[in-house]
Amino acid sequence: MTLLKVENLSVEFQTNDGAVQAVKDLSFELERGHSLAIVGESGSGKSQTAFSIMGLLAENGRSSGRVLIEGKDILNLSTSELNTYRAEKMAMIFQDPMTSLNPYLRVSEQMVEVLVHHRGMQKWEAMARAITMLDAVRIPEAKNRVHMYPHEFSGGMRQRVMIAMALLCEPELLIADEPTTALDVTVQDQIMSLLGDLQKEFQMSLVLITHDLGVVAQSCEKVLVLYGGQLMEYDDIKPLFASPSHPYTQALLSAIPRLNQGDEELNAIPGDPPNMMNMPKGCPFSPRCAYVAENCRTDRPMVAPSGSGLRACHKPKGEFV
Amino acid sequence: MTAPEPILSVRNLSVVFDVARRGAMPWTPKDKLRAVDNISFDLYSGQTLGVVGESGCGKSTLARAIIRMLPAETGQVLWLGQDLLTTTDAAMKEKRRDLQMIFQDPLASLDPRMTIGEIVAEPLKTHLPQMSKKERAAEVRQVLEKVGILPNLINRYPHEFSGGQCQRIGIARALIINPKLIICDEPVSALDVSIQAQVINLLMELQSELGLSLVFIAHDLSVVKHISDRVMVLYLGNIVEFASSEDFYGRPLHPYAQALIASVPVPDPTVPKRPQDELIAGDLPSPINPPSGCVFRTRCRHATDICAEQKPTLDTTNEDHLVACHHWRQINAR
Repeated sequence: MTLLKVENLSVEFQTNDGAVQAVKDLSFELERGHSLAIVGESGSGKSQTAFSIMGLLAENGRSSGRVLIEGKDILNLSTSELNTYRAEKMAMIFQDPMTSLNPYLRVSEQMVEVLVHHRGMQKWEAMARAITMLDAVRIPEAKNRVHMYPHEFSGGMRQRVMIAMALLCEPELLIADEPTTALDVTVQDQIMSLLGDLQKEFQMSLVLITHDLGVVAQSCEKVLVLYGGQLMEYDDIKPLFASPSHPYTQALLSAIPRLNQGDEELNAIPGDPPNMMNMPKGCPFSPRCAYVAENCRTDRPMVAPSGSGLRACHKPKGEFV
Repeated sequence: MTAPEPILSVRNLSVVFDVARRGAMPWTPKDKLRAVDNISFDLYSGQTLGVVGESGCGKSTLARAIIRMLPAETGQVLWLGQDLLTTTDAAMKEKRRDLQMIFQDPLASLDPRMTIGEIVAEPLKTHLPQMSKKERAAEVRQVLEKVGILPNLINRYPHEFSGGQCQRIGIARALIINPKLIICDEPVSALDVSIQAQVINLLMELQSELGLSLVFIAHDLSVVKHISDRVMVLYLGNIVEFASSEDFYGRPLHPYAQALIASVPVPDPTVPKRPQDELIAGDLPSPINPPSGCVFRTRCRHATDICAEQKPTLDTTNEDHLVACHHWRQINAR
């Protein structure tokens, strides 16, 4: 059953230099209990997609289109209406756990607040629940540590606190925005494995936003590749990694330095990431694409089904590999 | 023929910070934090030394101590046979022409109020003040072209460039006085994958073209593999393993190095996930109060009593492979 359905989502920011489109005409679906990775480089619109689903866009941002949770459109709801969805139906964890926790409040206070507000619990009940949740994310000595301030935790532990807080009301959808980017590889490993376990345990759907295709390969079922705010490719994880059908996905995969690779030169993608203020007219990837043709520079490619997924490219799938 | 002299040899270098205890009075003694503990290595001309480890393991402190941006407690840093730690400040300034550095955050390491032309020209003003304006401008153009920045952009400010371009400008600033050694402190960690590859390729090209030596600090093992001739793994300020890149990635010996390599996510969905018990547990212990004996023992699956009692020495396994572990023979015999 479909839990989250995004239809023609666009996000636009009004800035002093004019309107900037961060996300353009994006559609995707997520089944209950499944996981989707949204992959892209900086400026690809991956975080803004998440923010607009959660209703957290900056004040100058406006989203249009539809975001359906269990069939109900939640885009541009008022804050009070949205609050019945946040925490209860959907929750989000952020990249930098230090700046997303309140440094003035003990972890206990921040966690209890959620339960008192959303579930109407008594404080003592909420405290017990908070401790159980910290246990669930494998924080040792949760009973004592619940009374600590965020700065007293290490980076990995702080991210665990964030996850515990997000799961307090047992949301059906968890959006994780670069949850491990600020962490060391060993801790990243721990957190990703924890997220996988919790997803099964709580039967959640997971949207994982990341720039790291390595993390995606080990933890998601479907992948959505964004570039310049537009969908480039969408497919199941195995076919996407085995035979990427979009030139950008191909280039991105071959640019990753790998441990099992010799010393040959890395396949860098030439040029710079797109500038949102000055987007190319046609396909956003056309200035950096190795297979660019005349129509790529003038016409935007439409998203079309291809095999088990979707892709947006003028070139037919078989013409490059 | 005699063996080549190392261009840089570091001998028993230690860096110690004084840290005030929580709630300490001004007269209470400070805690000692050994950020870099007794590190020795040689770097030969034209080679790249990769330094890896988790955050807080002393990578950046080591780099900064080498060029005297931080005071070292003990040890020697021999640059072409001369100890940098005991030279006078004036002589050190002269030496810094040979030793340049590139930093992690490309935008933060460029002065926002200077045009990139001024930024790149500044080392010339400092080290070669007699140079005429015209010559200087010509040099700036040349070096910017070398790193792939169009010279017609020299009057722009850093915020007008993307992260990758800013890092190229940082590289140009380091290159302009023809250094022999560049210390790169996490030069690509802040960049997107596609741009990362560009910058790494550029560094490798420049190295072979100009015969540079590099100290390349990173937490990303796959990036280090790509660029390094030798790899040093640090843990809480100690060398735990030091080997040629081939040896190290072919057969890592230290349990920490093995765990570190295993935790790099593989971009291939057909590779099965590793079981939970093979993950490295816990966090880095506090460097103010490091574990007794082997620093890694609190997170090590193979730790025994001796690890708590004795600090392992750096054993030489074959001529070029060093490892600091009591049990490396047993662990790797299986």
